[in-house]
Amino acid sequence: MKVGYGKLMMWIFLLSDTFTFSALLVSYGLVRFSFPTFEGLRKNFEFSNAWWPIPEQVFKAVPFLHGINAPLVFVGIMTFILIMSSVTMVLAVEAGHRRDKADVEKYMLWTILGGIAFLSSQAWEWGHFIHGSEEGLTLANGTKLFGANLVQNEYGPPAFADFFFFITGFHGTHVLSGVVLNVLIFYNAANGVYEKRGHYEMVEKVGLYWHFVDLVWVFVFTFFYLV
Amino acid sequence: MAQHTEHHEEKLPAQTKEIWRTFWILLLITSLEFVIAFTVDADHYKWTKIGIFVILTIVKAYYIVGIFMHLKHEVKALIWTIILPCMFVVWLVVALIVEGGYIGFERFFYK
Repeated sequence: MKVGYGKLMMWIFLLSDTFTFSALLVSYGLVRFSFPTFEGLRKNFEFSNAWWPIPEQVFKAVPFLHGINAPLVFVGIMTFILIMSSVTMVLAVEAGHRRDKADVEKYMLWTILGGIAFLSSQAWEWGHFIHGSEEGLTLANGTKLFGANLVQNEYGPPAFADFFFFITGFHGTHVLSGVVLNVLIFYNAANGVYEKRGHYEMVEKVGLYWHFVDLVWVFVFTFFYLV
Repeated sequence: MAQHTEHHEEKLPAQTKEIWRTFWILLLITSLEFVIAFTVDADHYKWTKIGIFVILTIVKAYYIVGIFMHLKHEVKALIWTIILPCMFVVWLVVALIVEGGYIGFERFFYK
């Protein structure tokens, strides 16, 4: 086969990772379909533990714009950041093919920056989700519930919060390890390791991992936020 | 290693046309998803919307895997090694979502 051993193994690893993420998203689908949906019109939607929330009603806050109703806008920005960093990654791989050390360094730095920006955005989103809205949710016995954690959730059934933490958390862990790998590759490239080796295949292998992380986000974005 | 001798003489021109074309396609599809999310009436066309989102997601996945991850230009054996196992996931999705519907029926409506 005309594929290097390391690259082939990276593909096989990504295939196994695909199954892990599929399992998480499919179990989200199963649990979601086992809960009732809100029966009324969308404009009358309100949060309750009795039915599954409409995600765009949950994720509608943007940093620095307090109290402004902007559904999906922040997730859209995060998606754009990740796609952009995928582009700079593929530009780094392309520069590696040309064995252009300076270009590889430049684009790796942009990719690392994109990864850090995405992680920071996710940290903000988690913080907002955990703290909850100002109104909170009034339960049947009169007590108020603010925010979400693994056992209670003001936006809907606790399972919704559990899946949010597990799926975006598992994806975030992948982004974090991707950033660490990118830093290592940048360090090696800057020290001329790949120049000495005669090829930049390492950039390509880590690039595959980074694109995979972007790919998973495309699916998480659709199935967790959009539908 | 064969190309070891020919490097460093001159800077090769960057071949980024296809990369940027893919970027614009991905951006366009994502914007389209937002437009659909905000304009199409979800009360009446819920499943149409979900269908469109699923199709657009698969189109995006095709561009990321095919162009960015370069799978389109790899050998056939590698392409099928990756695609074939993934096709079984579709089966898993359908099976478990149908099952989820039954679980919900037992839990909330049967009592």
